[in-house]
Amino acid sequence: MDIPLKDRAIEFYNVSYRLNNGNDILVDLNLEVHRGETLVLLGRSGSGKTTTLKLINRLLTPAGGEILVNGRPVPEWDVIRLRRSIGYVIQEAGLFPHFTIERNIGLVPKIENWPATRIKERVQELLRLVGLDPQIAARYPRELSGGQRQRVGVARALAADPPILLMDEPFGALDPITRSDLQREFVELQKRLRKTVVFVTHDLREALLLGTRIALMEAGKLITLQTGAGFLCAPEPLAVAYRNAFGNEFEERGGS
Amino acid sequence: MNVWQFMLQNHVEVVELTLEHVWLVGVSILLAVLVGIPLGILISRWPALNRPVLGSANIIQTIPSLALFGFLLPAPWIGARADRLAIFALTLYALLPLIRNTYVGLRGVDPAVVEAGRGMGLTDRQLLLQVELPLAMGVIVAGIRVATVISVGLATIAAAIGAGGLGEYIFRGLAMVNNAVILAGAIPAAAMALVADFGLGWLERKLSPH
Repeated sequence: MDIPLKDRAIEFYNVSYRLNNGNDILVDLNLEVHRGETLVLLGRSGSGKTTTLKLINRLLTPAGGEILVNGRPVPEWDVIRLRRSIGYVIQEAGLFPHFTIERNIGLVPKIENWPATRIKERVQELLRLVGLDPQIAARYPRELSGGQRQRVGVARALAADPPILLMDEPFGALDPITRSDLQREFVELQKRLRKTVVFVTHDLREALLLGTRIALMEAGKLITLQTGAGFLCAPEPLAVAYRNAFGNEFEERGGS
Repeated sequence: MNVWQFMLQNHVEVVELTLEHVWLVGVSILLAVLVGIPLGILISRWPALNRPVLGSANIIQTIPSLALFGFLLPAPWIGARADRLAIFALTLYALLPLIRNTYVGLRGVDPAVVEAGRGMGLTDRQLLLQVELPLAMGVIVAGIRVATVISVGLATIAAAIGAGGLGEYIFRGLAMVNNAVILAGAIPAAAMALVADFGLGWLERKLSPH
């Protein structure tokens, strides 16, 4: 697949990551994330998907290889600038418990010195965007439900309108109904926003629903990189195991 | 003459000694906060410094206070004035709860919250001042509270080296074998400890998230 350089948002070349105790977490990873796509990193715990994510915003530094963001090697970026141009959403949202929802969402704009009135408008706009009542702006995270907190987490990541969004199992801790609501809303949101999203999950259903492409990982290696339809007929044993684990509904759809 | 009559008769002196006591405790807690909180932050950033710093503060804590006052008497500058020496010693005693609570408070901040902040592009300084310290503040104030209550008691011993404070009455009463005079020092000191404990306890609850 030859993708023009300008359409590559994130590139991994022979990237490896090793823990201090010598354990290899990532081995020789090669990966491209296209501008505007949702790339899902699918795999079990310990497969290296979260590590891959954290290498992008330099929360971790690779042992070898090169990572480029917007065509520029990550070590050449000012790390603060890099992170502010990448939205980051984690499980349980990681909201600041001592800040109101408004301050949580408005934090990056505030440290970027946006005028106060513009921050206020932006917060209202974002709350509506993620399907929340703008009235909750004055509340604290503990006063919200898990689903609401996760929506606020997404709103916070979008605050300064970053072109890239990293999402680490953002819906993993939610009850099934809330999770499915948020997944559907995410698809709608992404249709409008066209962000470059890297999304970590261990849930095949979620991967198929949200992903433009799915990268299947195991033991620090990329097993296969496929579109949703491609994944459903991928011959790799692990891909087959995933389909079986989630029931044969996918086998049937894959054949049609 | 009972303690209340004694205090009423000597009310000017009682107020004077109480103010001296507040001064000794207040200045030493302030100094301990200024030194202890940065040290607590330091050891939370460089774990290698953890043992030497907390170890030293621990050792100081084990020195009997009367002995520490005595040791410091020949020290240059510090030993030159009794109140200066007392404040220095009280500061040393107050350091351990402050360093330890700052460290424990910072370590207790939810790692997910810190990581989210770092991932959003907060600088180390912004992370510390806007996220970590505010979230640790309840625990840090608990340290100030413990240090203050200990200091109020310890400061009575400072009278032994002539630093003044409510200990004056306690030592005088001991020498005179007069309980009323001892109580005239002990009661205001106990009241001061209770007020500090209550006030800082209230502040601690106000500042604790959850």
